[in-house]
Amino acid sequence: MTNHWIDYQNSDVFINIGGNTAENHPISMKWIEKARETKGSKLIVIDPRISRTAAVADLYVSIRPGTNIAYLGGMINYILSNERYHKEYVENYTNASYLVNEDFSFDEATGLFSGAEDDPARNATKYKTETWQYQRDEEGNPLKDPTLQDPNCVLQLMKKHYAKYTIDNVSKITGADPEALEASYELYSSSGEPGKAGNLLYAMGITQFTHGSQNVRACAVVQLLLGNIGIAGGGVNAQRGQSNVQGSTDMCILYHIVPGYMATPQQATHPTLADYLEKETPASGWWTNKPKYFVSLLKAFYGDNATRANDFAYQWMPKLDGRDHSHIALYKDMGEGKVEGMICWADNPAVSGPSAANKRNYQKNLKWLVSVDLFENETASFWQGPGMDPAEIDTEVFILPAAAGYEREGSKANSGRWIQWTWKCQDPPGEAKSDLWIANEMFKRLQALYENEGGVVPEQITKMFWDYDGLDGEVDIVKVCKDINGYRVADGSLVTNFVGLADDGSTACGNWLYSGYYNNYDQPATKNRNREKEGIGTNLGWSFAWPLNRRIVYNRGSADLEGKPWNPDAPVIWWDETQQKWVGNDIPDIPGSWTLEQSTESPFIMLPEGVGRLYSHSALKDGPMPTHYEPAESLVPNLFYPNATYNPVSQRFYEDHTVETDEERERYPYIITTCRVVEHYQSGIVTRNIPWLNELMPELFIEISEELASELGISNGDVVAIESKRLFKDGNQSSIEAKACVTKRLKPLMINGEKKHYVALPWHWGFKGMSTGAVANDLTASVGDANTAIPESKAFLCNIRRAG
Amino acid sequence: MQLTRRSFLKLTGATAAAATLASVGLNKASASTIDPLRIKYTKEYTTICTFCGVGCGVVCHVRDGVIVNAEGDPDHPINEGTLCSKGSSHYNISYIYDEKGKPKPNPNRLTHVLYRAPGSSSYEEKDWDWALDTIARRIKDTRDQNYVESVNVDGRQVTVNRTEAISWLGSAFCTDEENYLFHKMARAMGVINIDHCARL
Amino acid sequence: MAQLICLIDASKCIGCRACQVACKQWNQLPAEATTFEGSYENPPRFSAQTWMKVVYREHEEDGNVVFLMSKQGCMHCTDAACMQACPTGALYRTEFGTVNVDTVKCIGCNYCVAACPFNVIGFDRLTNKAQKCTFCYDRLNAGLQPACANACPTGSIQFGDYRELIDQAQDRVDELKAAGKTNATMYGLDEMDGTAMLYVLADKPEKYGLPVDPQVSLQTRIWSALFKPFRVLVIVAVAFGLWVNRSHSKKIEQAKSEAK
Repeated sequence: MTNHWIDYQNSDVFINIGGNTAENHPISMKWIEKARETKGSKLIVIDPRISRTAAVADLYVSIRPGTNIAYLGGMINYILSNERYHKEYVENYTNASYLVNEDFSFDEATGLFSGAEDDPARNATKYKTETWQYQRDEEGNPLKDPTLQDPNCVLQLMKKHYAKYTIDNVSKITGADPEALEASYELYSSSGEPGKAGNLLYAMGITQFTHGSQNVRACAVVQLLLGNIGIAGGGVNAQRGQSNVQGSTDMCILYHIVPGYMATPQQATHPTLADYLEKETPASGWWTNKPKYFVSLLKAFYGDNATRANDFAYQWMPKLDGRDHSHIALYKDMGEGKVEGMICWADNPAVSGPSAANKRNYQKNLKWLVSVDLFENETASFWQGPGMDPAEIDTEVFILPAAAGYEREGSKANSGRWIQWTWKCQDPPGEAKSDLWIANEMFKRLQALYENEGGVVPEQITKMFWDYDGLDGEVDIVKVCKDINGYRVADGSLVTNFVGLADDGSTACGNWLYSGYYNNYDQPATKNRNREKEGIGTNLGWSFAWPLNRRIVYNRGSADLEGKPWNPDAPVIWWDETQQKWVGNDIPDIPGSWTLEQSTESPFIMLPEGVGRLYSHSALKDGPMPTHYEPAESLVPNLFYPNATYNPVSQRFYEDHTVETDEERERYPYIITTCRVVEHYQSGIVTRNIPWLNELMPELFIEISEELASELGISNGDVVAIESKRLFKDGNQSSIEAKACVTKRLKPLMINGEKKHYVALPWHWGFKGMSTGAVANDLTASVGDANTAIPESKAFLCNIRRAG
Repeated sequence: MQLTRRSFLKLTGATAAAATLASVGLNKASASTIDPLRIKYTKEYTTICTFCGVGCGVVCHVRDGVIVNAEGDPDHPINEGTLCSKGSSHYNISYIYDEKGKPKPNPNRLTHVLYRAPGSSSYEEKDWDWALDTIARRIKDTRDQNYVESVNVDGRQVTVNRTEAISWLGSAFCTDEENYLFHKMARAMGVINIDHCARL
Repeated sequence: MAQLICLIDASKCIGCRACQVACKQWNQLPAEATTFEGSYENPPRFSAQTWMKVVYREHEEDGNVVFLMSKQGCMHCTDAACMQACPTGALYRTEFGTVNVDTVKCIGCNYCVAACPFNVIGFDRLTNKAQKCTFCYDRLNAGLQPACANACPTGSIQFGDYRELIDQAQDRVDELKAAGKTNATMYGLDEMDGTAMLYVLADKPEKYGLPVDPQVSLQTRIWSALFKPFRVLVIVAVAFGLWVNRSHSKKIEQAKSEAK
C-alpha cells in the first residue's frame, strides 16, 4: 500500500476492484464507513458477484472475471477524453510530456507492441524494448513536450492506445451494464479535481492473472492521471492478505530478490560484485545508494568474513541461472525429479498452489520434506491425499510443531508498511517452539556438521555470521533485530537509519528498508504505542513504517508546485518558506537537502526520471501500456485484438494444460473464479481447526446463479461435481465436490451479445483439520503472469453438474 | 507487554439509571449468576492479529500463564478495539470450549515433533534433538550431492555456489525476524528455489 | 425502555460475524456442529450455545438484487413475553433494563422459549435451563460494552445512552430515505414497548426476517395475569410434570441404548 488503513478516512471516493475488502480486510470498512459518515464519501465496487462488500456499496458494477484491464482501460479513456485528469499533477509529476521513440508502435491486428520476437525456450513471445524508450538529447536527458501535443508524447500515445476502450466496447467485453459502467467512471474520476482524493483498493482479483502485473499498472495509471498518488486518502492500495505478507516480501522470501528488494545475483550478468553493482545501480534516483545497501547486506550475512579483499563474500551468495525458480517452476522441477528436499515454514502449497493435485503428486519425488506449522497440514500429509497409496511413497516427512502468533514475539509489517511489535502472551503447547528458535537450532546444527565433517564449499555455511543465542540458551531476538536494523561494524552500535549505511564494509544491515525500526535498545520505534491526538491519521508515534517512518509514500505529490497542499483539510506535507524546508503531518518523501525546485522536478524519488510513469518503458516484460488480453482460458476471443487471445508474453509451463479448442470449451463451458470468505484464512489450516469459525462456514460450497442452477437441475445445498482440464488430465480424481449455494448474487453476463455463466469457489478447504473439503486449487492452471509467474486463479474454465 | 492504560467505556449514569428504573419484574438475580468479570486479575498482553494484513491490535488476557480471553485492543489506532470473526477467534487456536463451557486445549494443535518414515502410513512422535540432527544431515547430503560450484558462461568460469535440489518456502505467517533468518540460512546453503505464499 | 441500549444499524452490517464469534468468545460458548445448507447463515437456529447470529437475506426487485445482513438475537423487550411466561421469576429485569435468565431459579419449563416472539431463547438440555443473550451483564457491570458492540468494525452495533442513539437512529433513517431507500425504518422503538436492541433497517423488517408486528401472545398474557399469582402451585405442578417427563425419557433412552 502506498498509503495506510487509517488514511482511508481521508478519501472522497473508493473503488474496490479485484478485491473484497469487507470480507478479507473487514477493519478497512471501519475507515471507509468513517469517511462516508464524515465526508459523504462513496464506495464503488467492481466484482463479478455481489460479495459482502458489494452489498454495502454505493455503486456496484459486475464484470466478467479476467477483464479488469478492459474496465480500467475504459476508465483511462473516459478520463482522457473527458479531460477529467488532474492537469497540473499530470503535466508536472508524471511522464505525460515525455517523448517516446518514434519507432514505438502497437499493432492492433496482432495485439503486439513493437519489438516482439519469438521466445522458443518458453514457446511464447518476448520483447526487445529499444523502441519503447524515451527520446533523449545528447546528454541523455529525456525529451519532453510540455504542451502534451506531440503525437509521440506519452499522453498522446495513451489517448491513441485507449481510444478503443469506449463504454460500448468495454461493456461488450466485460458484460457490465453500460449505464453502471459510465456512472462508475464518472463518479471515480471526480477525484481528479485538485483537492479530492480517490482511493483504489485491490487484492488478488487484480494480481492473480496472466496479465496481473499489467492490471496493477492500470490501477497505477488511473491513480496518476487523477493525481491520487502521494495524497491523503489516495493511493494504490494493495490490501495484503496475511499478517506479515508485507514483511515476508520485504525480507524477500522470493528467489529473485534479496532483503530490501535488490536483485539476486545472476550468473550471466553479475559474475563479480563489481558487475553486480555496476549493472544494478542506476545513474539517478534513490537507488544510486544501492551499493551501500548491498554491501551492508553482505556484511550482515558474512560478518567479519566479508572483507573488501574477498569482495565482501560475494562469491558465497548463490547465483541464479537465468531460469524461473518461483512456485510453479520449482514444483515443475520437483516433478522432473530435480528437487530432493523441501522445507515449508508455515506454508501449505498443496492447497494454495495452482493445479494442487499435480503438485501433491510431484511431492512423491521428494526424499525428505520438513513442515513447520501449528496444525498438521495437507502439504506434510500429501501422502494421505485423494488417490495416494502411502506404501508407494518413500518421502520422509518431519512435522515440527510451531508457536502461534501470540506465543512468540517479533515484528510484523502490515499492509500499510507499519512494522508493529507483537508480544508473547503464553508458551506454546507441549514441545512446540517458535520458528525463530527452530531456524536458529536448525542452522547451528548444520554449521556444526560442516565444521566437523567438511563438505562441498563448506565456507558458504560455516562462514555465515550466525550468533543469535541468548544468555539463557534460548534464541535472542534482539540480536536478530540488530542485524536487520543495521550497525556499525567497528563498535557494534546501531545505525539511526539507512542514511548511515556505507559501501565500504564499515556497516552491516540485513534490510536497509527496515533500518531505523530498532535503532535503540530502550524504546525501539517498532514498539512505539503513542497514538496521534490530532492530525490526518498518520500516527507517526505508533510503531515504525518503512521507509524512515513514512506513512504515505511519494507524498511530494500531495502539494502543488509551490508546495501548498492540494487539500488544506488533509495536508500531508508543505513547504515552509521561513525554514526553507518541507514540514507536515508525515515524513517528507524528499531528501532533506533538496530545494523546493528539486523536489518539484523529482516527486517520485525512487525512479531515475523522478516522475510517475503513465507509460513504463522497461519495468514490465509484457508492454509499456496495459492492454486487454483474455485469461489463458477463455470462452470468447479477444474482441479488441482477435489474433492475440491471451497475454502473448505470459508464462506457460506445461503443454496441453489449458483449454484451447472449441471442443474443450464445450466440455468446460463455465467461467470459474476462486474466492475467499471472511470466516476462513488462506489454505484454511488454522481456521479449519477453529471450531467457532467452522460453525459459521462448515463446508466447501460453490456459488451458482439461479439461472444456471435451474438449467442444470441443481438445488440449493445439493452436492455439485466440478471438473477442470487439470483434473481430467493429471489428477488422481476426475472431479471435486462442493455444496451448491444457489444465489441471486451472481447473474449470467452478456458478453458481446452471448450469455455466459460464471461460478465462484472459495479455496480454503483441504483434507486435514476439523473441517475438511476438496482442494479448490486442484482445478486451477499452472500458468503465470509474464513478470511474476503468479498463477491465474481468478479466471479459468470448468464444468459443473449435480453429483451422483 | 503489560498494558498500563485502559480505555474503558464510561458508563456515566449507569447506576443512576438503575435507580430510576421502574420496569415490571425488576428483581435481583441470584448471587450465583453475577460472576466477577472473568478478566479481572489477569495480565494483559498486546499482540498483532495473526490473520490478514490490516494489523489490528489484540489484547490477550492471561491468568497463570494461560490465555483466558482475547479481544480487540481499544488503544490500537487501526482497529480501536474492534475485530472481525477471525480476529475474534484467537482463543480457539490454543483452547476450545467443550459443551459444558469448560476450556480444553485445541486437540489438533501440534505438540510434538512428528515423523513419517518412507512407505509408512502413520506418524510417530520424536524428540527435537533427533529431528534437528536428522534434518541437518538430510540437508547436508542433498546439498553436497547436488551442488554446482561454477559454470561456464560464454567462455568464462563463473562461481555460482548453488543447489537446485532443495526448495525453501517461507511464510507470511511468521515475523520479520523469522523471515530474515529463513532468507539468510537459505542463501547460506546455496538454495535458489525460494518462494512463499506472497506469490499465490 | 432500558437506559443503555444497542443501536443495530443493519445498513452498515458487512456480515463479517465479528459479533457472533465475539459473543461466543466472551461468554465461553462452544461451537455447534453445522452443515452448509445453501446460505451463509449458521447455525440454523438460536440455542443455548448460540445467543446471537448474523442473518442473511437476498431479495430481488425490478432486477435489483439486495443482500441484507443484520445481527439478531434477544431484543431485551420492555414488554417481555419471556418474563410474563416464566412461572418462577427466573426471567428478570436487570438494573440496566435488560432481561436476563437467573439459572438458579430456572426450572427448565421452556415456557419462555415458546413465548418469545423472536424465537431467540435457547434451551440447554445438559443443564435443563433456558439460555440467552445477557446483554453481557458482567461487562456492563464492569463498565465495558457488550462483546458484540465491542467487536463490530463498522459501527453497525453501537452501545450507549438510549436518547442519543434514538436520535442517531432517526437521523440515519432520514439519511437512508433521502438516499432512495424509501422503506428504511426504525425497529424496536414501539415494538414490544421498546427494545434494548434498537434497529435501523434499510428495508422493511420482514426483508430481514424480523417479525412485522411482534406481540406478547394472548395466551401468555392470560397466563401471566390469571395463573401466575398461584406461582407456588404452578411451580410444583410444572416441576412434577418435568420430573415425570424426565424419568419417562430416561427410560426411553435406556431402552434405546439397550436395543443397541
